[in-house]
Parts: sequence; C-alpha cells; structure tokens
Amino acid sequence: MRKRSSSGLLLTLLLAWLVLYPVLIVAVDAGHASAIHAFVSRGTEWSALWASCWISVASVLLAAAIGIPLAFLFEWFEFPGRKLLGSLIALPAVLPPLVGVIAFLFLYGESGFVARGLQYVFRFQQAPWQLQGPGAILLVHAYSMYVYFYLFTRAGLAKVDAAMIEAAHALGAGRWRTLFRVTLPLLRPSLAGATLLTFMTALGSFSAPYVFGGGFRVMPTQIVASRLNGEDSLAMVETVALALMALIGLVLLRRSEGDVGVVSLGKGAAPQRRVIRTPMARVTATVAGWVLAVVLLLPHLTLILVSLVPYATWTTEAFPPVLNLDNYRRLLEEPARLAPLVNSLWMAVVSTAGAVVLALAAGWMVVRRRARLSRIIEALVALPWALPGTVFAIALATTFSVMKPFEARWVLIGTAAILPLAYLVRNIPVTGRAILAGYRQLDPAFDEAAASLGAGRWQTFRRVSLPLLSPALMAGASLAFVAALGDFVTSVVLYTYDTRPISMEILSSLRLNEIGVAAAFGVVLMIVSAVVLAIGARR
Amino acid sequence: MSFLSVDNLQVRFSDTVTVGPVSLDIERGEILALLGPSGSGKTTLLRMLAGFETPDSGRVLVEHEDVTAMAPAKRRFGMVFQHYALFPHLNVGENVAFGLAKGSDRAAQVADALGLVDLAGFEKRKVQELSGGQQQRVAVARALAPHPRVLLLDEPLSNLDPSLRERTRRELREVIGRVGITTVFVTHEQEEAFDLGDRVAVLNGGRLEQIGTADQVYDTPSSLFVATFVGRANVLKGSAALAFGGEPGQALVIRPEHLRIVKGPGVAGVVKERRFTGASAFLHVEIVSGVRVEVLSEPRAAAVGDQVTLAAVRKAVFPA
Repeated sequence: MRKRSSSGLLLTLLLAWLVLYPVLIVAVDAGHASAIHAFVSRGTEWSALWASCWISVASVLLAAAIGIPLAFLFEWFEFPGRKLLGSLIALPAVLPPLVGVIAFLFLYGESGFVARGLQYVFRFQQAPWQLQGPGAILLVHAYSMYVYFYLFTRAGLAKVDAAMIEAAHALGAGRWRTLFRVTLPLLRPSLAGATLLTFMTALGSFSAPYVFGGGFRVMPTQIVASRLNGEDSLAMVETVALALMALIGLVLLRRSEGDVGVVSLGKGAAPQRRVIRTPMARVTATVAGWVLAVVLLLPHLTLILVSLVPYATWTTEAFPPVLNLDNYRRLLEEPARLAPLVNSLWMAVVSTAGAVVLALAAGWMVVRRRARLSRIIEALVALPWALPGTVFAIALATTFSVMKPFEARWVLIGTAAILPLAYLVRNIPVTGRAILAGYRQLDPAFDEAAASLGAGRWQTFRRVSLPLLSPALMAGASLAFVAALGDFVTSVVLYTYDTRPISMEILSSLRLNEIGVAAAFGVVLMIVSAVVLAIGARR
Repeated sequence: MSFLSVDNLQVRFSDTVTVGPVSLDIERGEILALLGPSGSGKTTLLRMLAGFETPDSGRVLVEHEDVTAMAPAKRRFGMVFQHYALFPHLNVGENVAFGLAKGSDRAAQVADALGLVDLAGFEKRKVQELSGGQQQRVAVARALAPHPRVLLLDEPLSNLDPSLRERTRRELREVIGRVGITTVFVTHEQEEAFDLGDRVAVLNGGRLEQIGTADQVYDTPSSLFVATFVGRANVLKGSAALAFGGEPGQALVIRPEHLRIVKGPGVAGVVKERRFTGASAFLHVEIVSGVRVEVLSEPRAAAVGDQVTLAAVRKAVFPA
C-alpha cells in the first residue's frame, strides 16, 4: 500500500534543495553567450575535456589490468603469505587522495627517495626524472583505483558456483575456454560495477592532476584555475561540461552492463583454492606477492619517514640525517597547526551525522513507508555520486553566494557552514546506499513484531530498527567520515581561513617547504582513517 | 455476541485480487484455524486482524469494541510470526520482556512466560543459539507475556522439521489451553488445522468456503473445493459418476475410506497400483478406461491385476 505523506514530500524537497538545486542554478547561470563562446573557441578547453576523457579510460584499463589478475591470484590460489598479503591489499584505501599524492611526491618525485637513491648510486648531476604530467597522474590513479577492481572481482569470484566451472570442464572445455566462456561472463556484473566506479572516480579526481599536472589540465583542475583567474562564468560552463561528461559516462557504462545481472540458479559454493605446487610457480607467486606488498606499503612508510624529518634538516643527502617527533609536537603546540585538525574533525563529525540522519529518513520513507516519492528520493540520494566533487563545489559556491531567501539561497560562502554542507551533500550517497541496503535486508516482520507487542513507531525505530541497522549505519558513516576528513576537492574551492581543513594546511605547508609538517598531517589523516574504517567494518 | 468478530472484512489489492468479504465469529477461548492453499487470503485475513493490513471495508470487533482503525501497537493482540521475528540483537529474556511495561515485576513476568513454554532459565541465552523448536516457543512466550486479548499465529509450525512438528503442535495446544486465550492461526496443512483448531475456516480465492468443526468440514463439505482440499477424495464426473449412482451433470466426491471391495453387486474394476503404508494399503482401481479411483483397504485385500468390485458407503454430490 502506498501512503500519502507530507513528511515524504518534505524530505524530497530537502534532498532536492541540497543535491539538485545548486546544480540547476549553475546550469542556468552558465547560459552566458560570451562564456559559452570562450569555452568553445579556446583550444585549452578542448584539450582539458579530451584529457579528462582519456585519463579516465586509461585509469580504468590500468586498474583492471592490475586488480583483476590479483583478485584471481588471491581468490583461487594458495601460496605462502596469501592471508597477510590479502589484508594489505586494501591499504591504498586509507590514504585520502591528497595524502596519497604527497606520499607519491616524497617517494617517486624528482627529490623523492627513489630519485635521490639513484642519484646517489649513479652520481647523477640532476634528478633522473620529473614526476609530472599524465604519466604521474596515471601512476597515482593505478595505485589508488586498482583496489576497486580487486575487491569487486574477488566478491564476484566468491559467488561463482564451483559446479558451473566443473560443468564446463565436464563438457570438455579447457581451462582458458572455461575462463572466457564461463567465469568472465559470470563476473560481468562485478566488472561492470568496478569499471563504473573507477571511471567516475578518475573523472572527478582532482588531487593528482592538481599536484602533478603542471601544464597538463583535466576538467576539474581547469575549472578551479578559471575560478582563480576570476573567470566565474567560464568556470560554470566548464562545470556543466564536466557534469555532462559524467552523466554521459554513467549512462554509457550502465548500458554496457547489459540487462539484468547474471543470476546463478543454485546456491553453490565457491571453488576450493588451488594450492600452487610447481616450485617455480610457487616462488614466482610468492615473490610477486611480496614485491606487491612492498610497492603498496612504500607510500605509507615514506609518509611516516618524512613526517619525522624536522624543518630544513634534509637538503642534498640521499637519506634524511635527522629524525625526530618535532613535527608532531608542532602540530599539537602551534595553534595555527592545531586549528585545521580541529576544524576537519568537527566538520567531518557534523556532516557525517547529517548525512546519516538524511539517509535514515530516506531509508525509512523508501523501504518502510513506500512513499509515493520513493523513486525520486532514491534518485536524489544517488545523484551526488554521479557528479564530480568539483561540480558540487562550484554549484554550492554559486548558489550560496547571494542573499535571496525567497529562492532558498543564503550567503553561506565565507561562513563556517559551507564546508560541512558541502561534505554532507557529497556524502549523502555513501550513507544513503549503506542504510537503504540495510533497511532492505531488515525483515519487516521485526517492525511488526514490535508493533504487536505494543511499541509505537518511534519506540520501534529506537529499540528495533536502529540497533539492527547499526552495522550498515557504521559502515556508511565511517566511509562518509573518512571522505569528509580528507576532502580536498571541494575544500579547495570553498574553504575560508578560519575553517581551513587539514588538506588545505597540507597544501600550504608544502608551499612553504614544510614537508615534514605536511607529512605529519598526512600520517594523522592516514591513522584516523584507518581506525575509523576498521571500526566501521566491524560486524 | 461473540468475543472476536470479523464483519464483512474486505481488502482489494488489484482488480483481480481481492480478499473478502469475510465474516467470522470467534468465541472467547476458542481456537480457530484458517486453512487454505497459498494465495487463499488466510495470511491477509490474519494480518488484517493484527492491524498490519488496512481493510477497505468491514470491521473487526473485540468485546464489542471496534478496533478496525486501531494501530497494531494499541490492539493488545499477540502475534507469532512465521519466521518468529525474534529480535537478533536481544537475548531471550529481553525478547520476552519487549512488550512488558517497565516495572519491578518484569523479571517475574518474563520467568512466568518462559516457564509456560517450558524454557525456564533461558533468559540469558542468545536467540541464535536456540533450536528451531525453542525459537518457536520463545516467540509464543513473547507474544503471551503482555497478556494479549487475542493470540494470532502465522503458520506457527511450518518452519520446523516434520519430525518435530507433531510434538510442538501438542505443546502449543497445551499452552494455549492453559492460558485459555482466544486464538486464530493460519495453516495450509489440514492435519494441523484439525488437530489444533476447535473450528476450521476453509478459505479459497479470498473467500470463506466453510467454517465448522473438523468433523463437519470433513464429513459434510459445503463445496467441491472443500471436499477435495480437506482430506483425500476421488472426484468422479461423467460415466464414472453414473456408475456410482450419480445423475448427469453431477460430480461425486467419494473418500478413499468410503470405497469398499465387496462380493455382491457394485462397480467393477482392475487394481492397477498398490501403495502399501503398513497398517493399510491404497489401491488404485481403474473403473472406466482412463479413470482411476483410490481405495483405502486392508493391507492384503487385493493385488495388482486383480479384478475387484467396489461399492461406495458414502458420497457427496455437487453440481459438476
């Protein structure tokens, strides 16, 4: 039974105001003939569009090339160290984008450890390379995004029924034929999901192009550059172009997913892991595994090492001569350094709480009340996921820079409210997806049982639904918190000095050559993220 | 007037799917079984009683009080769900205490309720650790603990192993009897309905076909549907019906135990199949080419291939 409800309408309007309205305002404001003309006629705009496009596709290919074979290796084969390595493999996830980028800078940059080491060994006069341009961006993308393919493929493989593969063998198909005719088609939904996620992430990626791009611009960096040049109208046209690109990508990839996912008929068990017995293969797998672990861990270790280097003590040496905790002391003792930590923490807490409350309301409306507007509510909850962070940053900056209360627009830019609001908007899909899924798995009989025992609606929610939803809630909230804590892409457009978050402080420390302090901030972010994600993943 | 009464209750899901109008009167302390195949509307009717489905028309009355529009939480009807819906984040005692008001004697009430279902001392157990039968008893204790006016059970035994069902059924009947609570339960199994229900309401296609004691429903079915759904029955039409004394346009329903192998005049046939169950045997006898009837007989009354003569000691007649 569908029910009419004013609370459903209220929630729909609130969500629309948060996630749709700002984007529409930018779309309308972008309709300046001169700005559109500038956009169309400048070669740099076209090259940025093209760059965004090919960088995203290349990121997908690279991430797939690394993630899929690894997933097969870890899911199907048994070799020494498999378990330990398997748990290390998600390590890139605890590095917020900007932190990952600076770790790469310290590690592989022209004055990073690797370059210095080579310089020292081979007595080069100059750094052997520069970590710049598309190659550098793709390197960071491959490192941070292969995880999507790895996790999706492993989850898909775990669901592949061993009997399907045995059936293929029994029908005379060899190993490769089985892989291409049976296993990979069964994995299609997982691979499509990973492709979509990687593409969208790469398209919206800002930190890597911002730090490593140099003259090479992709749309998100182009937008921010236009804004810094004072070309606001042009920035809006670019924003709309990027939003359209994202939506086109979404539609095309969704279509390529094909019709309904492949559903297995029986509930089979995943195949047993094959123990690798050939000594050569065993050694190869093990060595490859450990090399991988080192490659994965190096950025984290680099970050920790650099965070121990006091200001101006490391100049031309291959290895920093002085290591101590000075930077951490400064983080806590200098009020100007402590402020960003405090800012990021409270803004992440507030925005996460808001996103959780909205998600709970949406879950209740969509799943329990089956409100008339539930499809619209669901679409609004998912929308921010489909649009890059830069789009929202510009959209919110535009919408909340004027005082027009009758259009539901207030001046929030320059106030402490704008960043938490931006984080909230960006995180609605994360909490929303988790809590909607949680609600869907919750047997409605629990609610009915509570009602039949005399519990009212609020009591039922508090005593039954909320405790049962808490795993989903914690999972969604932890992801949202970590994303808000490490946010760079929206902060760079919207921050004010008083509410500057950690990412902006990292950036300004880098500019002042305070690499130790920047790294210390990165380590703090990394550890807090890891702890919060671990709590969120606990069942 | 009766204790619980259902007055012309009806709900419409679509143009083709409607449950009701149904009217029922249930006496205080009576156990009523709602029996029907899946899709017959029995669960919908139960959920309307509980308040989880809103009827389009009709009323539900308890002791003359109209509760049709009352929220489930206010009705004071206890319910046992098909999969029990025990709260997984609460232990046994907390589950049973869920519907009890806060007070000093809460622990005692929980202990009473658990004692009633023979689970005294189970308060601290996790519900996941219980066997299926124990979970069912906790669900019953939880529903009964707040002293509801009516107990509703949705397929209370369907989730149990067949080997456990008969014992659990006996225990359930005992508990309900001891409490003396007015009970409505849903089942699709005739044996369960007969054994547990004081009366049985047979539903089909959203309609009430017949209501009565088990004997009434079995011996004098009011329709062809009831005759065939409740118990085993041979339905004979055309020449086969004529052979057993029916008239053209009539359908005869004869239960296997009402067909006898006789020496004298009767309907001749050949035994085509014999299913031996131990105490007796079911014979499949072909009386007209292509028409077989099932006969409950003595274990060794006939063998496959034997020529036999059948007579019906009892039959029900319906329009074909």
